[in-house]
Amino acid sequence: MSDAVWVLGADMTKVGRYPDKDIVDLAAEASLNALADGGVTIHDMNILAAGTQFSGGLGQQLQHQIGQTGIPVYNVTNACATGATAVRTVYMSIAAGESDMGLAVGAEQMGKMGLLAGNAARGDTNVFEPSGRFGSVLPADGWLGSGTMPAVFGQAGMEYAYEHDGVGFEQFAKVAQKNHEHSALNPLSQYRKVFSLEEIMEARVISYPNTLPMCCPTGDAAAAIVLVSDAKLKTLSLEQQKRAVKISASILTSDPWTEGSAAQPDVSTLTRNAAKQAYEKAGVGPEDLDLVELHDCFATAELIHYDNLGLCEPGGAGAFIDSRAPWRDGSMPVNVSGGLISKGHPIGMTGAGGVFEITTQLRGEAGDRQIEGAKVGMAHVIGLGSACGIHLLEKSAA
Amino acid sequence: MAKQVPIVDYLVLGDQPHLEAHECKECGALYWDRRNACAKCGKTEFANKAVGTTGLVRSYAIVHQAAPGVPVPYVSAVIELDGGGQVKCNVVNVDPEPDKVSLGMKVQFTTFVAGTDDEGTEAVCFGFEPV
Repeated sequence: MSDAVWVLGADMTKVGRYPDKDIVDLAAEASLNALADGGVTIHDMNILAAGTQFSGGLGQQLQHQIGQTGIPVYNVTNACATGATAVRTVYMSIAAGESDMGLAVGAEQMGKMGLLAGNAARGDTNVFEPSGRFGSVLPADGWLGSGTMPAVFGQAGMEYAYEHDGVGFEQFAKVAQKNHEHSALNPLSQYRKVFSLEEIMEARVISYPNTLPMCCPTGDAAAAIVLVSDAKLKTLSLEQQKRAVKISASILTSDPWTEGSAAQPDVSTLTRNAAKQAYEKAGVGPEDLDLVELHDCFATAELIHYDNLGLCEPGGAGAFIDSRAPWRDGSMPVNVSGGLISKGHPIGMTGAGGVFEITTQLRGEAGDRQIEGAKVGMAHVIGLGSACGIHLLEKSAA
Repeated sequence: MAKQVPIVDYLVLGDQPHLEAHECKECGALYWDRRNACAKCGKTEFANKAVGTTGLVRSYAIVHQAAPGVPVPYVSAVIELDGGGQVKCNVVNVDPEPDKVSLGMKVQFTTFVAGTDDEGTEAVCFGFEPV
């Protein structure tokens, strides 16, 4: 008997803004659809993990709408890796033999939230009084650099450009051009508009080198994944076994100490560590991947993850995008869903949404955006602070 | 002269303003904020260390969208300090344009007044400017 864990069912709502619904509606819709997709019900689940960054206690609220069966509920929060952490929580329970089937949900309702950090307005200060671990007398943002996400990830991309040749504003802009074009084929994407490279480079600057279409939007959505043990899957119907997708690796890392981390979060080292662990665990290499969904919160972030995940030659991320390798008709399709840049990035949903996308592709059910014959895929996310989640999925006989 | 306070406690004012990091006595890791233990080696003893006042721009972004009241555009950067350490701050006394700031550009430490409170006390901030 194998100790493998499988995806049995998966669903994702269209990303958008839903003022007439609440986050529980979105989570319930994705959950009920994922359970139906797997041919099971909430009464078959032994564990529920619910991920959201901004709405605590989602798991029990979800149970009130889809079934209070008394199973253990884990409410998880891990920044932009929240959804992946929910999937991994269920994975660990099944791998440990405590459960044979479980539901992982990632959801978020953000509306038009705007900047997620560095967003405290600057006002009058009556009397300067040092506070906090830096003994600050004024809010630092704008005085001592920027903690806004477009700037932090913009600087991460520029640090890569500092260390490697062939990377600049145009290479970053090409990433956004690709992902917007990919999103036109995805009915679940928040935006589906194609932009020329010139339009992207001449758009309003948010934090150079990131212009507006190089930044992910805020929005609302939920994704749900039903996981099952190998032994339990073998008791299910042939049709369920046929559509099941194997989780060859489920990895979570945090950021180890690096010299630069005293100045700014390091989003690369933990991604490199997670990729290495995932490839070792699954016994595959980057050359075996048919597609990758990676964390393109900003165009500058996607480019550095080509290198961090080993998709390109070391230091060669600029040449990689210039060669069109990560386009859907290239040698290593990246973010064929449209990525966070256009599909959208409801924080807690994103990690589960990536697993949904890879599952759908490996099943051959991705419609217009299908990568033909896809057998192996990776879903990567990173939450600043930091947490990195990687799930490596394979189409394999149960 | 008005009374002055530093914007953060790792900025040391006086005749020769400079930055002081908390240095782990065991492994030499540098931190700007107060730490309970070293994030690299786990030891708990630190000493203050004056760091260099020159360095180079390791990464930057030109910020055009910020919180209400924050003047834009400005240059957010990480400076790699000569003699060790990296610090986040603004590059000042430069046009915030992509062709005026460059990766690897040599810069030097400077200070300026960021604000004045109701008692007339000035908050002094630091930045790095092109050499």
